[in-house]
Amino acid sequence: MISFEHYLLLSTIIFGIGLYGILARKNAVAVLMSLELMLNAVNINFIAINKFVITGGVTGQLFAIFVIVVAAAEVAVGLALIISIFRQKKSVNLNDFNLLKW
Amino acid sequence: MANFPILSITLFTPVIAAIVIMLIPRKNEQPIRLVAAFATLVSLILSVVVFFGYDQGLGGLQFIERIIWTPDLGVTYALGVDGISIPMLLLTALIGFSAVFASWQIKDRVKEFFVLLLILLTGVMGTFLTTDLFIFFLFYEVVVIPIYLMVIMWGSSKRVTKEYAGMKLTIYLLIGSAFLLIGIIMLFIQSYLANGTPTMDIFALAQIGFSTTFQVIVFALMAFGFGTLLSMFPFHAWSPDGYAGAPTAVSMIHAGVLKKIGGYGLIRIGIYLLPAGAQIIAPIIAVLAIGNIIYAAFICLSQKDLKYIVGYSSVSHMGYVLIGVAALNLISINGAIIMMFAHGVMSALFFALIGNLYEKSHTRNIDELGGLAHQMPKLATGLMIAGLASLGLPGLVNFVGEFTIFIGAFGTYKVLTILAVSGIIFTAVYILRTLGSVLFGPRREEWDHLQDLKGVEMIPLLVLGGVIILGGILPFGLIDLINSGVGSLIAQIGTIQIGGIF
Amino acid sequence: MFVWSIQHAWLIALLPFVAFALIGLFSHKWPKISAYLSIAAIFVSFLMATIIAGGTFLAGEAINYEVAVKWINMPGLQVDMGILIDGLTAVMLVVVTLVALLVQIYSLGYMDKDPGFASYYAYQSIFAGSMLGLVLANNFGQIFVFWELVGLASYLLIGFWFGRNSAREAAKKAFITNRVGDFGFLLGILFLQIIFGTLNFTGLAGEISSYANTGLLIVISLLLLAGPIGKSAQFPLHVWLPDAMEGPTPVSALIHAATMVAAGVYLIARALFIFSATPEAMIVIALVGGFTALFAATIAIVQNDIKRILAYSTLSQLGYMVMAMGIGAMTAGIFHLMTHAFFKALLFLGAGAVIYALQDEQDIWKMGNLNKSMPITTWTFVIGALALSGIPPLSGFWSKDEILLGAFAGGYTGLYILGTLVAFITAFYMFRLIFVAFFGKNQGGVKAVEPPKTMTLPLIILAFMAIVAGFVGSPLANYRFADLVTYAGAVHYDPSLLVMVVSSLVAIAGICLAWLIYQKQAISAEEIKGKFSGLYKLLYNKYYIDELYHWLIKVFVDGTAKVLFWIDIYIVNGFINGLASLAGSMGRLLSYTGNGQVQTYALYMFAGIIIILAAILFGGLAILL
Repeated sequence: MISFEHYLLLSTIIFGIGLYGILARKNAVAVLMSLELMLNAVNINFIAINKFVITGGVTGQLFAIFVIVVAAAEVAVGLALIISIFRQKKSVNLNDFNLLKW
Repeated sequence: MANFPILSITLFTPVIAAIVIMLIPRKNEQPIRLVAAFATLVSLILSVVVFFGYDQGLGGLQFIERIIWTPDLGVTYALGVDGISIPMLLLTALIGFSAVFASWQIKDRVKEFFVLLLILLTGVMGTFLTTDLFIFFLFYEVVVIPIYLMVIMWGSSKRVTKEYAGMKLTIYLLIGSAFLLIGIIMLFIQSYLANGTPTMDIFALAQIGFSTTFQVIVFALMAFGFGTLLSMFPFHAWSPDGYAGAPTAVSMIHAGVLKKIGGYGLIRIGIYLLPAGAQIIAPIIAVLAIGNIIYAAFICLSQKDLKYIVGYSSVSHMGYVLIGVAALNLISINGAIIMMFAHGVMSALFFALIGNLYEKSHTRNIDELGGLAHQMPKLATGLMIAGLASLGLPGLVNFVGEFTIFIGAFGTYKVLTILAVSGIIFTAVYILRTLGSVLFGPRREEWDHLQDLKGVEMIPLLVLGGVIILGGILPFGLIDLINSGVGSLIAQIGTIQIGGIF
Repeated sequence: MFVWSIQHAWLIALLPFVAFALIGLFSHKWPKISAYLSIAAIFVSFLMATIIAGGTFLAGEAINYEVAVKWINMPGLQVDMGILIDGLTAVMLVVVTLVALLVQIYSLGYMDKDPGFASYYAYQSIFAGSMLGLVLANNFGQIFVFWELVGLASYLLIGFWFGRNSAREAAKKAFITNRVGDFGFLLGILFLQIIFGTLNFTGLAGEISSYANTGLLIVISLLLLAGPIGKSAQFPLHVWLPDAMEGPTPVSALIHAATMVAAGVYLIARALFIFSATPEAMIVIALVGGFTALFAATIAIVQNDIKRILAYSTLSQLGYMVMAMGIGAMTAGIFHLMTHAFFKALLFLGAGAVIYALQDEQDIWKMGNLNKSMPITTWTFVIGALALSGIPPLSGFWSKDEILLGAFAGGYTGLYILGTLVAFITAFYMFRLIFVAFFGKNQGGVKAVEPPKTMTLPLIILAFMAIVAGFVGSPLANYRFADLVTYAGAVHYDPSLLVMVVSSLVAIAGICLAWLIYQKQAISAEEIKGKFSGLYKLLYNKYYIDELYHWLIKVFVDGTAKVLFWIDIYIVNGFINGLASLAGSMGRLLSYTGNGQVQTYALYMFAGIIIILAAILFGGLAILL
């Protein structure tokens, strides 16, 4: 029987992998992919909570779909940014990007 | 006539003129100057009307205007004047009017200069006219920004750069105002807790009996805030550098009136709202005042730059105001207000003339100048009037202030006042040395090309010099007015708050 | 006429001020008109003063008229502008207006080629007005106001030729030295106001007579005395007066000999009710005066500048007057003030005529043989010198005699001997001056001619006054003066023939000695100089007091100034700048954390979240709130 804890554990693991990817990977595309992993971890949580905690209704699913939509938009914007930066810097290595520093 | 909003018009004429100037194309410099001159003239005339229209027999707050602004915070756009604020209003208008003419020769960015100058004037006037703490603070903050911009854009770099001077000036003013803000918020919250109705009105706040501990804390905050503004020793470091860096008009307004907000605030807000706190903190202020008087006077002796001399001398003179305030009696506070008025006019005249001289000779070093009375007799006369006023010569208005302060303070602080009186010797030494080496002595060929004051350059001298002499010969007009304000202030805190404190 | 003049006595002081304002505002472009305006104003004042003094002199009883308007007025402090007319005021009014009028007429000639002619008369007017305001004052506040204003006039007139460095320095020195005295004076006034609540003379006189704290009274008296010590150039604040001779000579005559410097003496007389309440204060006054009299007289012996000799003589005579106040001979002091004003103004104007004729030569050794070319100047000068030396029956004799009598009969034997000694020295140095400058060989080479009538006329009038002014206080006029100018508790002594004879004899002895040394040259001046070269140098350098003061100012005042400026720049400012740079370096330190890498920021964010979570889990929510 797959219990609530299993879902949470799965989502935590995926979230951790995503977090690691965001913090450690230097390739911007890989970072973007890690971000997707984290969002999916959240989606799993939403659906699991909808099933086990507030049974009935589809609020969790609804939110998961929202997240998927936002994630798609975000990937589009993120990739566009990466391409735009790549055109200038000829690199997708995050160590080369310090535009935030004044 | 009863509902004619004379104070609002006085207050906002400069801002309206600033808007008009913004609409004038920047190459039309003469119209810009004329608009500025006209606006300040209107303010000046209205201030004179207020000065003479105020009914001393009636006393209290007059020419009142009230518009509720933010009821939740109890903020009211409340204007009104009494015997304490009218001299300050008149002073601002006088100096504003003169400052426009002292800036007549500004070459670059004329438009921006006069816009900022006019906004600055409104800000200063607002602090004196309002009776609402929030509006007071608002106008005070309005003052800071134009000053900063004007110093860094039109200032001059000598011992320190103008950027440094402007930054120092601004940061000191902001630190002072931060403490002030804390004090105001504490007052507001305390009164809200006590009364249940939000109010920022000074007179309403005065009705609440704050506990002594609370008064001491808030008064200390205010004394620090206002003291910094008044260049109280040892928080005076901005004053000489700031004046030296600032353009003429800013030095005039800053030394002339902006500093006086400090003294005015100490009396109107500090002593009036927090008499018990004032009572306890006052001796500290009195000691620091002696620091101002003696320490700054000595430093003047070693200065070579004219603006530094006047800058330190204004620190020294503020010591008289401080000891007058700290003595907490009718005579001394009367004296402090007269002194603020007198010093404002005198220092504005000084800065106007020094600015004029600097513009022509490109030096302010007293060793390089000399014998200028040969080439510039009118300028020399003006500097003599300002200098003699500065050293407290009877017949000029500063004497009245000093004498009254000395008498008032002597009743409270014997030894400190004796030290303060010794300031008249040192002041005489540095003023006469300076005037002597700048104006007198053999004629110097290299200054033969200097033109004496002429045309509009004469206006600051005539206006401010005239006030110095008239006020000195006929001081009773000013004194009676001030006394009506201070008298009722002292009477109120004597009866309402803690009976018999004075 | 008399009553009208007394009621409008404020006009006496006001008219010169009006003249000043008119000259300053309108007529300064026309020198002659300015001069006539000024002279007209002082002339009207003089007429009114004469009427008042004449009426007072002839009136059977003592006049005491007082009226005032409020000037500074608030609860607890009232300073009036008023007039108080009694015998003392009446005498002073006449002296001031007469000398001022004559000096202004004289200046028409003396200053005729000066480019600053109009401003000269403006300053003269402001001086006359202030001096008259001072004399008329009925309270200490008003006296202080005009006291400072005469100081201003003095400053402006000493520095009148401001192109000269020496004039500039002298003017500054005069003002600042006076300020030191005024510091004490002002403190005295503050004490009076705080303790008695009034500054009015009449009011104070009533209060003080019943005031018991003599310790405080002595303090107040000594503080008040500081003012006269400065203004009347008593030791140790005498240094400014000799330097004040940098001003035009008529100014020296009017301000620095006849009137303004006498203001200190006048103030002591006016406030004698305070001083006389404590014998200790009186002793101090007498000692200060006596010491100055002797001290200055000794310096005068060796000076070579004609004006400086007269200046030290003025110091010495002022010391005489102050001493008279101190021994309680107030009437005699004022009497001497009056006669001194006439003959000293005469001497200065005579010196001015010589300087004018010799084109600015002031060294007496470069003059000589003037009695032939300038007879009027010479003989009026001799009259002045005789009066100053106290030769009967000239005015100086009567007044000096009164002072010596006061000292002798009052039991101040030491001061009496000192006074007599000073009388001897005075006669000696005055006739040294006369024999060298007027009757000696002509060593200059410039041909002197008698100055114009505007200059000789005042000399003649003053010479007349120097002869006759003494009679009002002499036994011949039955001491009418003493009835007029007096104070409560004054003691009157019967004339002593002994004192008269002794003082006349020492004066004649002094003249004879001068004649022997400088005219007959029976005794060589050079030899004496050689014998006492140390003493000579000490006297010639005025006891090195100026040097001492210069050193003190340089070391202490300017030294402190430099040290404090250093403190201000490096400690006060340094502290502020240090705070600012501390904030700056903190910022720089923290800025290393912001490297612009998104991942670093993300790491901080998650670290923050973890810390918050840990806090909530292990510490409970309370930590956050």
